[in-house]
Amino acid sequence: MPIGVPIEFAGVTKRFGAVNAVNDLSFTVEPGRVTGFLGPNGAGKTTSLRMLLGLVRPTSGTATFGGVPYRQLPNPLTAVGAALEAASFHPGRTARNHLGVYAAAAGLDKARVDIVLGKVGLSEYADRRVGGYSLGMRQRLGLAGTLLGDPGVLVLDEPINGLDPEGIKWIRLFLRELAAEGRTVLVSSHLLSEVQQSVDDVVIIARGQLVHRGPLSSLDTEATPHVIVNSPTPEALAAALTAAGLSHAPARAGLLVAASDPAQIGHVAFAAGVEISVLHRQETGLEDSFLSLIAGGGER
Amino acid sequence: MTFTRALSAEFLKLFSTRLWWILALVLFLYVGVMAGGLGALFGWAATGGDASAAGVSPLPPGMNLHAVIYSMASSIGYVFPVLLGAFAVTGEFRHQTLTPTFLATPRRGIVLSAKVVAMLLVGALFGVIAWASTVGLGAAALGAFNLDTALDSSDTWAMVGRGVLAMALWAAVGVGLGALVPSQVAALIIVIAFTQFLEPVLRLVSSFNEVTANIARFLPGAASDSLVGASFYSVAMPGGSAETLFWWQGGLVLLAIAVVTTVAGYFTSWRRDVT
Repeated sequence: MPIGVPIEFAGVTKRFGAVNAVNDLSFTVEPGRVTGFLGPNGAGKTTSLRMLLGLVRPTSGTATFGGVPYRQLPNPLTAVGAALEAASFHPGRTARNHLGVYAAAAGLDKARVDIVLGKVGLSEYADRRVGGYSLGMRQRLGLAGTLLGDPGVLVLDEPINGLDPEGIKWIRLFLRELAAEGRTVLVSSHLLSEVQQSVDDVVIIARGQLVHRGPLSSLDTEATPHVIVNSPTPEALAAALTAAGLSHAPARAGLLVAASDPAQIGHVAFAAGVEISVLHRQETGLEDSFLSLIAGGGER
Repeated sequence: MTFTRALSAEFLKLFSTRLWWILALVLFLYVGVMAGGLGALFGWAATGGDASAAGVSPLPPGMNLHAVIYSMASSIGYVFPVLLGAFAVTGEFRHQTLTPTFLATPRRGIVLSAKVVAMLLVGALFGVIAWASTVGLGAAALGAFNLDTALDSSDTWAMVGRGVLAMALWAAVGVGLGALVPSQVAALIIVIAFTQFLEPVLRLVSSFNEVTANIARFLPGAASDSLVGASFYSVAMPGGSAETLFWWQGGLVLLAIAVVTTVAGYFTSWRRDVT
């Protein structure tokens, strides 16, 4: 069983002319876990991954696999499997031949081609030209390519893009399985909801900068808690809150109060003799924390 | 080790798409029809056909008709290995297959040199196909008019050998061109414009003056014809082919073009970020 090694970004920066595509990015991706590499489109995810894989030269900094840069891995396909967003296929080549080319380049046994095609469920289309493949089939073929050398590390750029619901369910299980086997799995996405169910850790970047990293659950505590409260006499309620020293702002239905405990607000209203019609804690959810992180990114 | 793996990957790439056999088939038919047709035309003219009425000029004295006809394999067929070599590089850019290629073999110099070696060998295969076509159909046409086919002459077979070498070198030139001009469309236009228009015009115009004729010997097509030792141009040009290089000089000129363009392409497009 291949053992995953950590992926380490250390001060990775990429400048394209005057544009800072990626700025001083440092984080570690641990083996045995699925890590979501998240950020809006244009945040620098693909550029970061391409630097990790030796395809793009960083302006400064290093990205390594267990301390070794990709270009110095003795036989990279047996250590790292990577699928990048771009559809990197010759449309006139069959899936079997496509994989055969890279198996040959890495000196792998030809039998691996059929094994990985089977793993991603493409066996029956193996001899069809890739030009006729759907986006979902191409994604599966890209994934098959990452498994050719049975590597301990997987780097997947937007692997869920273009998959149908069945495919999404399949890939979630698949990623979990790969991590459970001890591999390092790094999956990029611009949507948290897409990977929420399969990732253990998240690394979030916006405008080329790291804005958050940690376990998925850490996103929950990230946002400041709020309580939503409303009253038939909003002015009186607002006055009571101000008197109690609580900052508040008008919301869609009532007032948004910067507090974590609804009971505290209820007490303030009761003491002031103000009738309340709505009182609950605002459910921020992971997606909201994610959105607020990437919106505020770059300033932190 | 890495190199032989990269080399076998290059062969698989080439033979797993249709381009190579389509180009080989068109090459075979094109040079074959030209050699057979010209053989028949000259044969008919030389054996008492009404030459003046047909507008066919009598052959220059001392010309080896069979050599001119057979050498059409490379003198007009050389564009095919160039295209094959160029597309082997530009196709990687166009279909974004550089990404998986460099993921499997991150040392890019190894990939490019494997391409050169693979194309030298497949270019030689193209040479065999083209020369088989011109010698086969050309000799059949000449034989039909009882002209000398020179198939029993060792000079003929030495020429065929040099012609196969020329085609191999042309495929390597194609790799260099593709690395230098990674846009497939641009590379195609350059190959067609240069081989079908620019170089023929330059060779024709330069042949009127001794100084320019001396320089024009180093044009790639002219160098290739020198390497082969015979050319269609010796008939088509007013000044004949007085100014040629030695065969080995012609070969070295082609090799130099292949090396210089490939190295220049490596330092420009090939080492660039793959985004």
